[in-house]
Amino acid sequence: MSATAVHSLWTTTAAGGIDKIPAPNIEYAQLAPTLIVAGAAVLGILIEAFLPRKARYHAQLFLSVVALAAAFAAVVALAAGGYGTSKKHIAAMGAIAIDGPTLFLQGTILLASVVAVFTFAERRLDPESHGNRIDSFAAQAAAVPGSEGEKDAVRAGFTTTEVFPLALFAVAGMLVFPAANDLLTLFIALEVFSLPLYLLCALARRKRLMSQEAAVKYFLLGAFSSAFLLFGIALLYGYAGSVSYARIAEVVDGTVQNVSPTLADTMGNDALLLIGGALILMGLLFKVGAVPFHMWTPDVYQGAPTPVTGFMAAATKVAAFGALLRLLYVVLPGLRWDWRPVMWAVVIVTMLGGAIVAITQTDIKRLLAYSSIAHAGFILAGVIAATPEGISSVLFYLGAYSFVTIGAFAVVTLVRDAGGEATHLSKWAGLGRRSPLVAAVFAVFLLAFAGIPLTSGFSGKFAVFKAAADGGAGALVVVGVIASAIAAFFYIRVIVLMFFSEPRPEGPTVAVPSALTTMAIGIGVVVTLVLGVAPQYFLDLASQAGGFVR
Amino acid sequence: MENLIALLIAAPLLGAAVLLCGGRRLDRVGHWLGTLLAAASFVIGVVLFSDMLGRSGDGRTLHQHLFSWIPVESFQADVAFQLDQLSMTFVLLITGVGTLIHIYSIGYMEHDERRRRFFGYLNLFLAAMLLLVLADNYLLLYFGWEGVGLASYLLIGFWQHKPSAATAAKKAFLVNRVGDMGLSIAVMLMFTTFGTFAFGPVLGSTGDATEGKMTAIGLMLLLAACGKSAQVPLQSWLGDAMEGPTPVSALIHAATMVTAGVYLITRSGAIFNAAPDAQLVVVVVGAVTLLFGAVVGCAKDDIKKALAGSTMSQIGYMILAAGLGPIGYVFAIMHLVTHGFFKAGLFLGAGSVMHGMNDEVDMRKYGGLRKHMPVTFVTFGLGYLAIIGFPGLSGFFSKDLIIEAAFAKGGTQGWILGSVTLLGAAITAFYMTRVMLMTFFGEKRWQPDEHGHQPHPHESPKSMTIPMIILAFGSVFAGGFFAIGERFVHWLEPVTGYHHGEAPISAATVTGATMVVLVLGAALAWLMYGRRPVPVTAPRGSLLTRAARRDLLQDDFNHVVLVRGGEHLTRSLVYVDHTLVDGVVNGTAASFGGLSGRLRKLQNGYARTYAVSMFGGTAVLIAATLLMRAV
Repeated sequence: MSATAVHSLWTTTAAGGIDKIPAPNIEYAQLAPTLIVAGAAVLGILIEAFLPRKARYHAQLFLSVVALAAAFAAVVALAAGGYGTSKKHIAAMGAIAIDGPTLFLQGTILLASVVAVFTFAERRLDPESHGNRIDSFAAQAAAVPGSEGEKDAVRAGFTTTEVFPLALFAVAGMLVFPAANDLLTLFIALEVFSLPLYLLCALARRKRLMSQEAAVKYFLLGAFSSAFLLFGIALLYGYAGSVSYARIAEVVDGTVQNVSPTLADTMGNDALLLIGGALILMGLLFKVGAVPFHMWTPDVYQGAPTPVTGFMAAATKVAAFGALLRLLYVVLPGLRWDWRPVMWAVVIVTMLGGAIVAITQTDIKRLLAYSSIAHAGFILAGVIAATPEGISSVLFYLGAYSFVTIGAFAVVTLVRDAGGEATHLSKWAGLGRRSPLVAAVFAVFLLAFAGIPLTSGFSGKFAVFKAAADGGAGALVVVGVIASAIAAFFYIRVIVLMFFSEPRPEGPTVAVPSALTTMAIGIGVVVTLVLGVAPQYFLDLASQAGGFVR
Repeated sequence: MENLIALLIAAPLLGAAVLLCGGRRLDRVGHWLGTLLAAASFVIGVVLFSDMLGRSGDGRTLHQHLFSWIPVESFQADVAFQLDQLSMTFVLLITGVGTLIHIYSIGYMEHDERRRRFFGYLNLFLAAMLLLVLADNYLLLYFGWEGVGLASYLLIGFWQHKPSAATAAKKAFLVNRVGDMGLSIAVMLMFTTFGTFAFGPVLGSTGDATEGKMTAIGLMLLLAACGKSAQVPLQSWLGDAMEGPTPVSALIHAATMVTAGVYLITRSGAIFNAAPDAQLVVVVVGAVTLLFGAVVGCAKDDIKKALAGSTMSQIGYMILAAGLGPIGYVFAIMHLVTHGFFKAGLFLGAGSVMHGMNDEVDMRKYGGLRKHMPVTFVTFGLGYLAIIGFPGLSGFFSKDLIIEAAFAKGGTQGWILGSVTLLGAAITAFYMTRVMLMTFFGEKRWQPDEHGHQPHPHESPKSMTIPMIILAFGSVFAGGFFAIGERFVHWLEPVTGYHHGEAPISAATVTGATMVVLVLGAALAWLMYGRRPVPVTAPRGSLLTRAARRDLLQDDFNHVVLVRGGEHLTRSLVYVDHTLVDGVVNGTAASFGGLSGRLRKLQNGYARTYAVSMFGGTAVLIAATLLMRAV
C-alpha cells in the first residue's frame, strides 16, 4: 500500500468517522455494582492523597465497607428486578452479560470481600509498637526490609492504608471477570484484579523478603499466563473474526452469516480455534490454581499477608471459576467433545495432586494452599458436567467454599508467637487444650474442607459430584471420592494435632482479636453450618441462577 | 367397629408415654392410671369380642388400615391391623390377665419407690404385645416382637441395683437377639419370595414357592419362636429372667410373651404346612423342651425357677402341638390359654408366698404355710391341680387333647411323640406335687433373713388375692368350657384350619394312661417329699439332679461352645484385621505418603521451574486437544 493511499485512508476515516461514531449505549444502572466499587477505589486514592495520616484508616475502612455493602445491595436489587432470570441480557454494547451466574457470583464476591476487608483492618493482634496500633501490612512498602528507613517508618507509626483501595480495585476487576462477554473485556478485567493482588502480596509486615519474593513470583508467572491468554485471544479472533462470545459461538456452531473478506482465509480454521481455546483455558486454569498451572499457589499463599491470602483464595477463585464457566458454556459448548477429555485429565491430576502433596506439608498456610488446589479439582468436576445442574452446583460450591476459606485463614492470623503468625504445624500441637474455642472453630472449618456432613463442604461436594455423575463423569467422581479420602487424612491430622497432642511449652499464644476478625470468623462458621444443615434454600437460589445469557 | 382396634393398642401406649414421661408428679396416681388404661383396653377387647360373636363365621375378620408406614415403590409396609378369632383370643388373654396383674402389682409393688415406672413398663409391654398379635403383616409383627423384647428386658432388670437382675436382663436380651435375627431373616426371605409382608398374600400363596424356600422360612421362624418362647436351644434365659418382680414373671414370662412363639408358628401355619421338614423340626424342638423343662423343674429349690422350668415344659407341649399341623394348632392355642390362667395364678401365688416370707424364694425354707395363707393355698392348689391335669380342671382337657393329637400323628413318630407327652405329664405331676408339698405342707422350716427378721407369714392384701381368685376360676373352668362341645375348635377352625386326627388307640385309653402316669408322678413326689421331712440345705443329690440344678448344664454348654468359640472367632478376625486389612490400609497410606514426598520435591521454589511446568502443561493441553480432534 502506498503512502498516499495510507494517508487518504487515514483522512477519510478521521474526517467522516468521528461524526459517525455513535455514543455507546451504557446501562449504568445494571453496571452499578462494578461502578460503585471502582468509584470507591478512586475515592480511596484521593483519601490517601488528601486526608491526614491519622484519619485515613477509619475513612478507608468506612468507605470500603459502605461501598461493598452498597454494591451488594445493587446486586440484590438487580436480582430482585429479574435481571438474573427473565430480564437477563447483554449490556454495555456486548461487553458485559447480566444474567443469573453474573449476579450470583458478584454477590458472592462482594460478601466474601466484606469479610476479607474486616480481616484487612484488624489491628489488635500484635501488641502496640511505639504507641501505635499495627496491622498485618508493612509500615512503608517502599522501605527496604531491615533498613533504617523501615525502622523509622515503624517508629512513626505509618500504616499502608492503600491496601483498601487496592482491594477495591481488585474487587472491581473480579466483578467484571465472570460477567465479561467478550475476550477483551475478559483480559482487561483479569489485569485489573491481578495487578492490585500482586502488590497486596508484597505488603506483609513480617517476613517481608518472603512476601516480596512471593509477589515477584506471582507477578512473573501471572504475566506469563496473561501472555498465553492474550495469544489465545488473538488466535480466536483470527478464527472467528470477532472477540465477542456470541459471535465466536456462532462460528463454532457454523451458523454464522456474513463473513468479513479480510478474514476469509483464516476464519473457521479449527486449528486456530483449538489452540486458541486451549490457551485461554490455560490462562483461566492458572487463576483457579489447577495442576499443572498451580505451582505459584503454595509459595504465594505462604508469602502473602494472611488476610490477603484468604481474600485471594476466596474471591479470586470465585471470579476465575465464573469466567471459566462462561467460556465453556457460552463460547465453547459446540466444542464439548474436544475439551472434555482434556479437562478430565486436568481434573484428575488436580484433585489427586493437591490432595497427595498436601499430606507432607508442615506449614499450615501451604497446607491450605494445597487444599485449595484439591478443591479447585472438585469444583472443576462440576464445571465439566456440561449440564445446568453442573453450573448451579459450582455456584453453590463457590459460595460455600469462599466463606470457609476466609474463616480458616482468619483463624491462622490469631495463632502467634514472637515472630508473628506461628504457621508451622508443630506449633499447633495441643492448641485445643490451650484455646478450645479457637481450635474448635478451626476444626469446624477443617471438617468443612474435608466434606463432612452437616457442614457446607459436604453439601457442596455432594452437589458437584452428583452433577458430575449425572453428566456422565462417574469415573471422575470415583477419583474425586478417593481424593477426598486422602484429603480427609491431612485435615483430620490437624484436628488430632490440636486436640490430642501435648501442648509445647514454647508454643504460640492465641491473640484476642477485635470485633472485626471475630465477625469474619463468626460469619464463616455460621455460613458453614447453615449451608451444611439447611442447604436447600441456597441450592434453589443457585439453581435459579444457573442460566447463562447467550 | 374396626376403628376400635387401634384403640386397643393406643390405651396402654398412652399410659406408657404418660407414665414414663410424666415424672415424679404422677407418682401418686401412676399405678391407678396404668391399671385403668389396661382395663380400658380389656373393655374394648370385650366389646370387639361380643361384636365378633354377633357375626357369622366367615365375616368375623376385621381389618383396619391406620397409615402407610414405609411407602417405597415396591416396598410397601402399612400400619394395619387384622382382628380374627386367633388374635381375638390373644387380645382377651393379654388384656384380661394383664389387667389382673396390674391390679395385683398395686399391692405387690406398694413399697417400691419406682412403682410408677414399673406400671409404665407394664403398659408398654401390653401395647407391644397387642401390636404383635394384631399386626396384619410380618414387618409390623416384627416391630411388636422387638417391643415386647424391650419391655421384657426393662422389667427383668427392673431391680437394676441387683447385679444379678442386670445380668439376667442382659442375658435375656442377648439370647432373644439370636431369635430375632431368625425372624428378621424370615421376613426378608418372605419379601424376596412373595414381594410383600402382609399375612393374606404371603400365607395365601405358599403353594407358589418351592418347598426349599418354605423350609428355610419355616426354620427361621422356628428360631425366632425358640428365642422368644425359651425353647431348646435358646432356653437359657428364662430361668434367670425370674430375677424380675413376680408379676412380671406371671404376665410376661409365663402367660403371654413367652407364648408369642406359639402364636407365630400357628399364625404361619400355611408356611409350615408347605414345609414338612420344618414341621418335623418344630415337633422335635417341642418334645425335647417338654422333657428338658420338666427335668429342670424337678431339681430347682427356688420356687420361681421351678415354675419357670414348668413354663418351658408347658410351652414345649404347645410347640409340639403346633408342629403337628392342622390336627394340633387349635389345641396348642387352647393349652396356651388355659396355661395362661393357671400358670399366671401359680406365679401370683408364689409372689404372695414370697410377700409373706420376707421375699424368700427357697422352698426348703417354706413348709406348712397352708394354715397361714389360706387364700393363697386354695388358689395355688387349684392351679396345681389344673396344671397336672386333674380330671375336670382346665389342664386335664387341654393337655389330654395334645397327647391324643401326638398319638394321632401316626406311625413310629406318633408313638414316640405320644410317649414323650405322657412321660412329660408324669414328670409334671411329680415336680408340681413337690412344689406344693414343700411350700404348703410338712414342717415349718422358716429361717430368719439376712437382717435377722423371723418371717411372719400372713395373707396378702385384697388387691393381690382377688386377681388370684379370678385366675383360679379360669384354671378350674376354662378347659371344660372350651373342650365340651368342641367350642374352641369351632371358634378357631376358620383361621387355623382343623383336621381331626385318628389316634391308633382310643381316646379313653389315652385318658386312662394319663391318669395312671399322673398318679404315679404325684405318688413318687409324696414318697420323697411328703412322707419324709425335707432337709433345709439341699442334699448333694444324684448326678442328674446336680445337672438339672445347673439347668442341665446349658450355661456351661453355651459358655464352652458359643462364648469360647466366639472369642476364638473374634480373635482370629482381629488377627486378620491387624495383619491383612491394616496392612493394606497402612501400605496404601505409606505409598501415598512416599508419593507425596517425591511430588513435593517438584516444588523447588524457582519461578523458572514453575514457568516450565506451565509451559509444558499448556503444550500437553494443546497437543491433547488437537489429538482428540485427529482421532
